[in-house]
Amino acid sequence: MKVISANKIRDIVSELCIRANLVLRKDILSGLKAAYSRETKRRAKDILKAIINNAYIARKEKLAICQDTGLPVVFLEIGQEVKINGNLMRAINKGVEEGYRRGYLRNSIISNPLSRGKPGYSPVVIHTEIATGNRLKITVLPKGFGCENKTQLKMFNPTVKISEIERFIVDAVKSAGPDACPPYVVGVGIGGTADYACFLAKKALFRRINRQTGHLPAGRQEQANRQTIELEQVLSREINKLNIGPMGLGGKTTCLGVNIETYPTHIAGLPVCVNISCHALRSATKVI
Amino acid sequence: MKRIKIPFKKNDIKELKTGDRVLLTGVIYTARDQAHKRLVEAISKNKKTPVDLKGQIIYYCGQTKTPQGKVIGSCGPTTASRMDEFTPALLKKGVLAMIGKGRRSQQVIQAIKKCQAVYFLTYAGCGALLSKYVKKNEPVAYQDLGPEAIYKLEVRDFPLIVGIDARGNDIFIRERASA
Repeated sequence: MKVISANKIRDIVSELCIRANLVLRKDILSGLKAAYSRETKRRAKDILKAIINNAYIARKEKLAICQDTGLPVVFLEIGQEVKINGNLMRAINKGVEEGYRRGYLRNSIISNPLSRGKPGYSPVVIHTEIATGNRLKITVLPKGFGCENKTQLKMFNPTVKISEIERFIVDAVKSAGPDACPPYVVGVGIGGTADYACFLAKKALFRRINRQTGHLPAGRQEQANRQTIELEQVLSREINKLNIGPMGLGGKTTCLGVNIETYPTHIAGLPVCVNISCHALRSATKVI
Repeated sequence: MKRIKIPFKKNDIKELKTGDRVLLTGVIYTARDQAHKRLVEAISKNKKTPVDLKGQIIYYCGQTKTPQGKVIGSCGPTTASRMDEFTPALLKKGVLAMIGKGRRSQQVIQAIKKCQAVYFLTYAGCGALLSKYVKKNEPVAYQDLGPEAIYKLEVRDFPLIVGIDARGNDIFIRERASA
């Protein structure tokens, strides 16, 4: 049994909020640079250059990458041999508040969705998963709402053709169009229940983009993974044919990547959720 | 690249064409969802708005907190379409330009044409970069709304692209047509 104090978790969450909002993820920055070299149109290049430059300025001057510092989504993977001393949920919300205050980030959370009211820093959305072992993994993903507003869920028939699922995902990006800060990262959740597919689509966003099939060992599980990775690559190519481009002003880069997470589901259904991220896909992780 | 100073001169807006790149210098006002709702409520009740809208530029922006020693924090544009239902009323009150990101509704395009106004785009998701062009930053109304308050910003060479010009040409329709 490993004992972790709630105070330690609070401090780590606070740090992760600042890191996620100020330092753009390496995989995203590489994706943007690759896109910059790939683009040929002057305007697309100019916009990508501004986006890359923005990431450097944010890091150097300790400014938020985007003024929409999001609704922080906190993922906890809790080893079953971990014992937490103190109030875990309170520690997380306190950590976010502290981090957002210290980082001069935006207070974008209103306490009542209907009556609205004055914006504050919490409560945030917290997901927990139980794992084996004695580690605690914390990920903070500040999700901007320009892109969160473009989320789509569809409950397909179990007999649906893969091509119809592909079309649904590509169409979700098409309907987001220029509005939600393309080039996008497209998170997709397939399987489970309606709510679980949405969770998976969000979870897909904190995985690194552009994974390859090359290094997979053999086996049935890997067969399934290979199919998912190939689907990611097909979708990425199809989405980049949409010519939405950086800022929606045309170009070869409409998405930086597509990440899919799958889960077993019911014989009667096939839930698919698309959760789009803007180009400023931000997250930070720490394992204790 | 065109340089424009606010207040606009007589032909400034007329001469702008969709796709033109512009560097803007002068005073602009931030307003987003809740501020729009309040402004339009005030207008519909014939009450005075806290900022005289005539000739003004509205920037759809909710800035972060201001770090110590800086003029402003991260301050990029938010999605313009959420303001669509309020925009015609503000244009009617004399707003001449808006800055945001993404598409606008047909009603907004028609109102822009009718009022001889302009909709600008600026670098979306680049709030840190855009903070470099802001020289003064001061809240002027609805401060209870926090980041959604109306702020008066003084900008210098703020980078813009004309999204919808006074003839109603929409950059996104043009880009789609050329695809």
